[in-house]
Amino acid sequence: MINIVEDPVLTVEHLNMRFGGLLAVDDLSFDVDRRDITALIGPNGAGKTTVFNCITGFYKPTEGRITARHEDGAKFLLERMDDFKIPKVAKVARTFQNIRLFGGMTVLENLMVGQHNPLMIASSYTFGGIFGLSGYKKAEKEAVELAKYWMEQTGLTARADDAAGDLPYGEQRKLEIARAMCTKPKLLCLDEPAAGLNPRESEELNKLLLFIRKERDTGVLLIEHDMNVVMGISDHIIVLDYGKKIADGTPEEIRNDPSVIAAYLGVADDEVEEVEHEIEEGVSS
Amino acid sequence: MEYFLQQLINGITLGSIYGLIAIGYTMVYGIIGMINFAHGDIFMVSSFIALIVITALGLTVSTGLGLTILALILVLVTSMVIASVFGWTTERLAYRPLRGSFRLAPLITAIGISIVLQNYIQITQGARVKPLQPLIEDGYTLMTRADGFTVQLSNMQILIITVTIVLMTVFSLIIAKTSLGRAQRACEQDRKMASLLGINVDRTISMTFVMGAALAAVAGLMFLLYYGVIDFFIGFVAGVKAFTAAVLGGIGSLPGAMLGGLVIGLIETFWSAYFSIEYKDVAAFSMLAIVLIFLPQGLLGKPEVEKV
Amino acid sequence: MADTSNSASRPGRHLDFSKVAKDLIVTALIATAIFGSTIAFRTVSAAGGLRLEVRYDIAFYVIAAVVFGRLLLWIFFWSKPPGTSAIEVPTGIKSGIAKITAKVGKGFGPTMLLFALVFPFLPFTDRYLLDLSILILTYVMLGWGLNIVVGLAGLLDLGYVAFYAIGAYSYALLAQYFGFSFWMCLPLAGILAAFWGIILGFPVLRLRGDYLAIVTLAFGEIIRIVLLNWYQFTGGPDGLSGIPRPSFFGLEFTRREGGFADFFGLDYSSIHRIMFMYFLILALALLTNFVTNRLRRLPIGRAWEALREDEIACRSLGLNTTSVKLTAFAIGGMFAGFAGSFFATRQGFISPESFTFIESALILAIVVLGGMGSQVGVVIASIAMIGGFEVFREAEQFRMLIFGLAMVVIMIWRPRGLISTRIPSIFLKEKKAVSADMVAQGEGH
Repeated sequence: MINIVEDPVLTVEHLNMRFGGLLAVDDLSFDVDRRDITALIGPNGAGKTTVFNCITGFYKPTEGRITARHEDGAKFLLERMDDFKIPKVAKVARTFQNIRLFGGMTVLENLMVGQHNPLMIASSYTFGGIFGLSGYKKAEKEAVELAKYWMEQTGLTARADDAAGDLPYGEQRKLEIARAMCTKPKLLCLDEPAAGLNPRESEELNKLLLFIRKERDTGVLLIEHDMNVVMGISDHIIVLDYGKKIADGTPEEIRNDPSVIAAYLGVADDEVEEVEHEIEEGVSS
Repeated sequence: MEYFLQQLINGITLGSIYGLIAIGYTMVYGIIGMINFAHGDIFMVSSFIALIVITALGLTVSTGLGLTILALILVLVTSMVIASVFGWTTERLAYRPLRGSFRLAPLITAIGISIVLQNYIQITQGARVKPLQPLIEDGYTLMTRADGFTVQLSNMQILIITVTIVLMTVFSLIIAKTSLGRAQRACEQDRKMASLLGINVDRTISMTFVMGAALAAVAGLMFLLYYGVIDFFIGFVAGVKAFTAAVLGGIGSLPGAMLGGLVIGLIETFWSAYFSIEYKDVAAFSMLAIVLIFLPQGLLGKPEVEKV
Repeated sequence: MADTSNSASRPGRHLDFSKVAKDLIVTALIATAIFGSTIAFRTVSAAGGLRLEVRYDIAFYVIAAVVFGRLLLWIFFWSKPPGTSAIEVPTGIKSGIAKITAKVGKGFGPTMLLFALVFPFLPFTDRYLLDLSILILTYVMLGWGLNIVVGLAGLLDLGYVAFYAIGAYSYALLAQYFGFSFWMCLPLAGILAAFWGIILGFPVLRLRGDYLAIVTLAFGEIIRIVLLNWYQFTGGPDGLSGIPRPSFFGLEFTRREGGFADFFGLDYSSIHRIMFMYFLILALALLTNFVTNRLRRLPIGRAWEALREDEIACRSLGLNTTSVKLTAFAIGGMFAGFAGSFFATRQGFISPESFTFIESALILAIVVLGGMGSQVGVVIASIAMIGGFEVFREAEQFRMLIFGLAMVVIMIWRPRGLISTRIPSIFLKEKKAVSADMVAQGEGH
């Protein structure tokens, strides 16, 4: 396997995660390029979400090193950071498999919470804000502008003042991405963003992700089952099975990788050729 | 050493009482996730009922031991039944209508019920402390120190500890072996799924309250016999401590509640014996805070894995 | 029984006789167990032990009342097919009512404020009413303070009264040992209470939900026990008395020359001081409200509400949830501290008895009954609870009983509280209230 990553925003080295007797992630190493959309795929239970939780600090890995790099050369060892510092300092944002929005707050409020840290500083940790200092008002206006920008990109402008819990599923997914983008991340980690979306919404999601990669200098790392999304937009795919990396490459390479096919179809390695053969026959007939 | 041993016996006795109350908290919390604030007051009510029955039977210390024990069984059964009715009724009136609604609501109604029960007893039974002459005296002298200090194990203490052990065993068996226990454990895991599988969730929850109240009634009688004084306010203090015990042991766990009760009873007794009796509650509560900070799931609770 | 058959034959009404009879028998049995045991018999002290006093008649009346009440419920409420309410309200009227309440809701705050400002000067206002309003306002302020912790940040605090106690004792002790004036102690009491909030918060705020509730309860009890037993310092159960009264910009409320009345050329009246107290607590409560409303629109306030909604999402957005919780605890505690020092100066005497768990429960009940997070709700709930409590002053013995029952009934009637909608802290085009079903309850619940 050739290394296709030139400018890694994230490097995972020898990651191990053990739950009791279960080794959920087994000596996993991979890189995520700053300009790529990288997909992490694998059958159910392969340990994808666990990898995400390690990267974003919700789990402390048993072993291994996770490094985030900014363009200016700053390096952050994520496995040593408090979970809230990962989005705050290392600028790695995430979304969740089961959407986690602030359901009782409006769309705009959700996006404002996403900008908590800069606003906190602008309000001089509340003391300035409480006396209505002009510096805070300006910062708040800018924050609203950024929120508006992301609402436009995600098509949520009309719903700005509605409760997030009131939105239909697809819009909730988009809002969660918009909220993560409001933290101005260097790397955006998406946990199954297309789950539960209809084909049209899924298409919109693809466009949004391509836009984020191109226009916002944000690397994207996503877990996805929807092969349309994965093959359609990703530049780099990593395949996990039983916590181990079994393939790493471009979509083209992955598509033709026998061990990936075996993992998905559940056959032993020596039978792979047989299976491939059958598939080809099936396709041609 | 002798002094220590004596305190150990006293602590275990007190801990048994706390443990019995704690089981009610832990079972209810396990099944519907609410702090049944009125549980301590059910304990208080039951001790009043026990007192009434004892007075009605005219039991005194001069009644023979055999007859006393028979009469006490009658007292126990009566107060268990009536306490169960109290427990069932509070659940039916104050908690069931709020099932599935806002989670703070039943907590508030529980506090309301606690106020109601305290004041109801205050009105009907009077605000003054009720004394009861000891019914069971004597005991065994285990050790005598050179200066004449003796380590006593009273018959009362033997009774309390035995009853606690027997009831713990019975209730553990009920939870482990009967269909009611299975239904309870199923509801604890997933109430919706349990009801889809044909379990009568409402009845199971009611039975949980009934069982908790019955055990509280046992504790109520033991408390009455052991201390010989009760008033309408004993429920609050004992309730808070028993809940502390339940949390300490790992909420939702029956053996945990018993263990937590013992730990709280021992801490309280030893603190009173060696440091200061005024601050015994401070010691118990501080212990709770310390344990929760370092062992948030309690002594025997299952660790909670944060699902993201 | 003639009544029953009548109503059963009415169209749309349906009473299943055997079902009702069975229900009533069960009710009678339960009522007998409950009231027959505890009302019919009462232990009284007698020579050489206890004696039973028998009151079968009262027990019988109570049981009969319960059964009859149940029968009435069957006739008037449960006789309809399920799904229909007892009294039908046409939808037109319903939406009309909703509109009116929305309008009233908007004007309610300012109207209340105006009323509160002129209240002491109204002709019917006497000393008793004024004292009562001071009490209500104290609870409004405490409710608003606790609302930050429970309603906004979603942290269940069952020991809120501890901060109230800290505020009260801070003032009383500072005045006693150092001779500090009320105006000096007021901020100090708030700061001390906030400080204790942080001290307590550091270790316990990592705890989740009900554990937090029980530890705060324990904290409240610890503070009370310490106050009760630290005799040399706090006076123990005797409490502290002779707490100095506040002055009006240096003017004392005394008959003497140079007092408030003398300075303004008024005839001395003791009502001046009470009116001053009234405006003092009104100002303190309004300060609480103002600051809370302000904070809600600042990042910290949004972080509190976000914390209530979803803590994990908060962490994923870079919010330091520990410090978010600590600020909620500290600021909530601070307002309780202010209220506490006001309480001390108003009473002139404090003892641990004023700071029992029941106070915490009462304040929490006000917050929850009012509707968590709703400022107006707290006002309504305070008036209803404290005012209602006063109404039953006559029935002294039964007062707490009724109070407890009312708590249960109101909660069942409106589990979400009286005002359950949430007003967004910021809006783009239109401020739409968020319905209660969307709003999370925080991890404490």
